[in-house]
Amino acid sequence: MAGVNRKVLPGFSLSLGYTLFYLTVLVMVPILACFSKAASLSLDQFRAAVWTERTRAAYVLTFGASFAAAAVDVLLGMLVAWVLVRYRFPGRRIMDSLIDLPLALPTAVGGLVYASLYVKKGWLGQYLVPLGIQGAYSRLAIVLVLVFIGLPFVVRTVQPVLEDQDADSEEAAASLGATRWQAFQRVILPPLYPALITGFALSFARSLGEYGSVVFVSGNMPYKTEIAPVLIVARLEEFAYGEATAIAVVLLIVSFAMLVLINVLERWSKGGAARA
Amino acid sequence: MRESAPPLPPPVEHRIRYVREDPAWVRWSLTLAAMAVVAVLIVVPVVHVFAGALKDGFGVYWSNLFGDPDTRHSIRLTLTVVPVALAANVLFGVAAAWAIARFRFPGRTLLTALIDLPFSVSPVVAGLMFVLIFGLQGYLGPFLRAHDVKILFATPGLILATAFVTFPFVARELIPVMEAIGDEEETAAVSLGASGWQMFRRVTVPNIKWGLLYGIILCNARAMGEFGAVYVVSGHIAGQTDTMPLRVEKLFQEYNLPGAFAVASVLTLLALLTLVIKAGLERRVPSERAHVD
Repeated sequence: MAGVNRKVLPGFSLSLGYTLFYLTVLVMVPILACFSKAASLSLDQFRAAVWTERTRAAYVLTFGASFAAAAVDVLLGMLVAWVLVRYRFPGRRIMDSLIDLPLALPTAVGGLVYASLYVKKGWLGQYLVPLGIQGAYSRLAIVLVLVFIGLPFVVRTVQPVLEDQDADSEEAAASLGATRWQAFQRVILPPLYPALITGFALSFARSLGEYGSVVFVSGNMPYKTEIAPVLIVARLEEFAYGEATAIAVVLLIVSFAMLVLINVLERWSKGGAARA
Repeated sequence: MRESAPPLPPPVEHRIRYVREDPAWVRWSLTLAAMAVVAVLIVVPVVHVFAGALKDGFGVYWSNLFGDPDTRHSIRLTLTVVPVALAANVLFGVAAAWAIARFRFPGRTLLTALIDLPFSVSPVVAGLMFVLIFGLQGYLGPFLRAHDVKILFATPGLILATAFVTFPFVARELIPVMEAIGDEEETAAVSLGASGWQMFRRVTVPNIKWGLLYGIILCNARAMGEFGAVYVVSGHIAGQTDTMPLRVEKLFQEYNLPGAFAVASVLTLLALLTLVIKAGLERRVPSERAHVD
């Protein structure tokens, strides 16, 4: 195809050249600038920047909250995807469209509204706060808003796999006397594992870098509710560029590792769907 | 012929539906649970945005939006930054999709993977990268200062940060669409003597227009709402570098909740509009797209 196309279709060097130029200028150079700035720090400076009590608390919170939110999203996303694919009910189409709202809604709006829903006088807070559930300005608030942000990733990963699942093995399970619950556990669920894990990873990766919504709901108290991106902004506002960059590089390396992992998972997920 | 033939088994169709169908109580409780999840996580917040914005009546809402010069400026700024960033990413998206979907070359898989890179960078880190390049202490800082060019804490910086964060959207949508359509029509056009531009305008663009529109819609929604990256590069100068999402944050910090919700309601309307257009487009774009994102 290559040789033939390049002789017939025009614009190969123009389009590829422009693609590489734009990618380099807008993406690669900034990423390199970040790493080169971090490399200009001495090892001790780097360690002093990325490994203090405050940064450790921020990493633990960032990873912990993202992990918890992604785990909740797997459960809720599985439920929503199942209902959307398997059942017919009034409002199904609307529900299907609404699932994408967290992707389309500005994160600042999400943060603003979550912050005011769960305070003591808020619509939901008035019932929850008396029960001791602080859904705003707490760690729970961070998890809550991250659950919102991450939900579409799980639903949209599981949904197509569930749609493509064919009836044969389910029928076989039923005809061999399995109960509905046994069929779900042993026949329906296992082929969904790759998609569920991919959805978890996507939601987790998105949560790791999330800033706009969290900054509204968390209260941003050092050691308690300060996530890593908020810490970077705090360092920047002190004009401590080196320290901010060092923390940013830690986040970047983790994000790139997640990207590679997600790519591997997605391939596995598609393979799983094909086998199912 | 035997007289006492056993009754025929029920048609296969019925049996399938029967064994794959959950009992009614399971169906209903799961559906209600899913509805509750969507209601609490998504519907209640959306309703709350509009309730918060319209709490003191429509007149106050209107003056919150258009009576405040800083808010007015933030709307104008967003309407300046987003189209430029969007246009740049559309141009790139079309070029990248043409190169990747129509030709085979060494490094093609790597290039496709690199396009996704900005999605995995935290917006705050993206903003930081531009500070490191264009800031006063940055790599180009002294040069820009000597020539009196302002990029950081000004509109160009906002455009760069927005373009970075929304970089993959159009390309990601177009590559699978172009691959699904195939190159036969374009090859035919060229071999019948069409120039490159004619082929692009008469064959390629009509073929990819729905996919392109889909990418533009998603890119636009994200660009309008971008917060972290522009927060870092903007310098928060009210009336100068505050985009709409930044304005929401500033009003929130000033305890002007009706004002914050008024701006937020406009952004929410845009998000809802995005979903409506998206749902409409999904029926037109080749079915492959359902599996790409």
